[in-house]
Amino acid sequence: MKTSHKRWMSVAALLLIGVYFVPIWSISMEAPQYPEGIGMNVTVDNIEGKSPQDLKNINGLNHYIGMKPIEPASIPELSIMPYIFGFFIISGLIIAATGSRKLILFWLALFVLLAIAGLVDFYLWGYDYGHNLNPDAPIKVPGMTYQPPLIGSKQLLNINATSLPHIGFYFALVSMGIAGWVWWKSKEEK
Amino acid sequence: MKKQTHNHRFWILPVITLIGVMLYGCSSQGDFSSNTDAAQKVYVAPGEYDEFYGFMSGGYNGQLGIYGIPSGRHLFTVPVFSQAAVNGYGYTDETKNMLNTSHGFVPWGDAHHPELSQTNGETDGRWIFINENNTPRIARIGLDEFRTQEIIEIPNSAGNHASAFVTPNTEYVSAATRFSIPMDENMKNMDAAIDSYAETFKGTISFIKVSGEGKMNVDFQILMPGFDYDLSHAGKGPSDGWAFFTSYNSEEAHTLLEINASKNDKDFIAAINWEKAAEYAKEGKGEMLPGKHVRNYVDHDEGGIVKTEVIEEVRVLDPRKLDGLVYFLPTPKSPHGVDVDPTGKYIVAGGKLSTVIPVHSFAKMIESIDSENYEGEVMGIPVLKYDSILHGEVENPGLGPLHTEFDGKGYAYTTAFISSEIVKWDIEKTEVVDRIGTYYSPGHLMIPGGDSQKPDGKYLVALNKITKDRYLPTGPEMFHSAQLIDISGDKMQLLLDFPTEGEPHYAQGIAAEKVIKRQKRFYDLAENSHPYRATSEKQTRIERDGKEVHVYMTTIRSHFSPDNIEGIKVGDKVYFHVTNLEQDWDVPHGFAIKGANTAELLIMPGETLTLTWEPKEVGVYPFYCTDFCSALHQEMQGYVRVSPESSNVDFKYGTGQ
Repeated sequence: MKTSHKRWMSVAALLLIGVYFVPIWSISMEAPQYPEGIGMNVTVDNIEGKSPQDLKNINGLNHYIGMKPIEPASIPELSIMPYIFGFFIISGLIIAATGSRKLILFWLALFVLLAIAGLVDFYLWGYDYGHNLNPDAPIKVPGMTYQPPLIGSKQLLNINATSLPHIGFYFALVSMGIAGWVWWKSKEEK
Repeated sequence: MKKQTHNHRFWILPVITLIGVMLYGCSSQGDFSSNTDAAQKVYVAPGEYDEFYGFMSGGYNGQLGIYGIPSGRHLFTVPVFSQAAVNGYGYTDETKNMLNTSHGFVPWGDAHHPELSQTNGETDGRWIFINENNTPRIARIGLDEFRTQEIIEIPNSAGNHASAFVTPNTEYVSAATRFSIPMDENMKNMDAAIDSYAETFKGTISFIKVSGEGKMNVDFQILMPGFDYDLSHAGKGPSDGWAFFTSYNSEEAHTLLEINASKNDKDFIAAINWEKAAEYAKEGKGEMLPGKHVRNYVDHDEGGIVKTEVIEEVRVLDPRKLDGLVYFLPTPKSPHGVDVDPTGKYIVAGGKLSTVIPVHSFAKMIESIDSENYEGEVMGIPVLKYDSILHGEVENPGLGPLHTEFDGKGYAYTTAFISSEIVKWDIEKTEVVDRIGTYYSPGHLMIPGGDSQKPDGKYLVALNKITKDRYLPTGPEMFHSAQLIDISGDKMQLLLDFPTEGEPHYAQGIAAEKVIKRQKRFYDLAENSHPYRATSEKQTRIERDGKEVHVYMTTIRSHFSPDNIEGIKVGDKVYFHVTNLEQDWDVPHGFAIKGANTAELLIMPGETLTLTWEPKEVGVYPFYCTDFCSALHQEMQGYVRVSPESSNVDFKYGTGQ
């Protein structure tokens, strides 16, 4: 494998460091009473309000419809994710050093699989929050559930919720793209 | 024949219409032809902000009214010198000390002249000061939270009217005696015969130093002859370092002042060299004399609870012993307002009984002082010569000129109370260029920044003293009437009438963006340092100390914690310390309980307030949230069980969880 390809593979791995500094996913909500919006970001190890008090206020609103409070400390995925990305950074760098195309493909496949698994997990998490409601909730609308959209916008009572990838997700996507490109290009060397 | 008569009748109709229109145009409604144009200029679309904040003193309501300019919308009222049952100000354990004085607790005040803090002669949006006339005091209101943060009493004074005007960098805020009182050599108010006025009565002019954080202290006061000191403004630019105070009653009358204090052709403007006075004070000159007064301040280190400190002495500077402190500028006929133009070169007096507006020149004043060109002396204070210091007299300024503000474009605007108009005049030429009627009888007027070095000369607000027929009548008592006038063009144009609470004396205005950026939206719960706080529901509890019971309570949409309380007995003194756990903008909760002999609490997010309740009879008493906080606000309620004094009912409390 050409040195330049090895370099690009290390770039793919190192790019993932960015995931530790920017959010991966964003859920923003709009309602007449929140003219400036309210929302939360999913980061590699946390769920945090877009403004410092947003998560507290979202939980305050959610208690009316019987949703469980969002408590980042009780979400196990958030404690695992930093290690998963750590694994991809280190293994990516090692693979870059070896220059093995097979390993690149393996790395990429594993990454894509885990990303899909993450999205499925996120969907299930949203499903649970939106459906598993406290029967003593003050506001009960027959037939109404409050699962946020996985991606896109959805009107939930007075609130329009929009769920979209954040910068961290795109870091991961670009990292996959570069790894894929390296794998594809290095084929010609044979 | 018949046809001819017909024609004649038709001819008359348009004439009647025309006369009708002409009469309407001449009515007291103002300039009829420009109504549509005026409506556009004051229209602030739904959801839009006004361009300026207007701060109108509340006069005898003791508060400060906040208005949007140009819409005239009443946005808020900041409680300052009077108790406000609306939110518990002056009632709660946290706020009641703010109304302490050396005379004890005073629940009412007469708020007169608001003045914004300045930096380099320009309004900066940090604080607004306002004086209280009856029990001499000055308050400082923080514009980060629109709350009264400090009130300092002015010792050895009575009727604090020429106040609270600031120096260009808010080094000092002024105060002065309106009603001189007999004082002995220890500044003690004497048991003296009232007709000994001329011999025994004295006034004081005080300078209150303001620290970088806003803390006020009376740095020094200057002993003055027993006149009535009326209004003030600090010098600026070339005249920075000086402050000017009008006086009336140089006759030293003590009865029927309307006749007896209107005799002299000229009274005085006192020009005070405050920079020199401050040096004297720093050098320890003058004397520390008794002057008991209190300072009340919000203690941010202890939950925002207001503390009172008593100060026993004050530094007094005597112009008979210290040179160069004060000079008297003879000024016609009981002058009221004294205003310094934005360049700082001219000092304008509103000689309320004078037929002209005298304009003194600061440069000429200094020349006269340097050449000791005096015409006499009063109590060791040199009196300058009127003709030597005069820049000019504005002829035909209307009857009863009172106050002047400036547009920063070389023009001054003076209210004429008796002829009910505002007169625009050229400062350099001292010539009237325009006039406009106001309805009715304007006292003060306000141009945003109009007494600073940088006026925003777009709008002028006339603060009229008489309302009469301007609005739907509300019986004998009515709000006062303000009028918004466009001063952006050559001709003044009346735009809007709007009612103002209490009796606005002076007012201030400031570009909204200078204030908006400082706004607090709520108090950070993590920074709550109240000794009786409960910053989570886990911390809620009840503690008994003899007959005193402390309830550590929280509120969050939409319940109290605890909301069921048992174990209270007749004869107990129950303190409900209520912490609002919300951390969102505009989610206050209220607290009221049946039979409480006090006002409700209105608790802002993150804040702790205390309501004291002494149940007198056995029973169960409901309490509830008084602020419609959420869809389930009506459910936000609770009960307190009150048992006989001799009973042994155990404490039981919680939310049933």
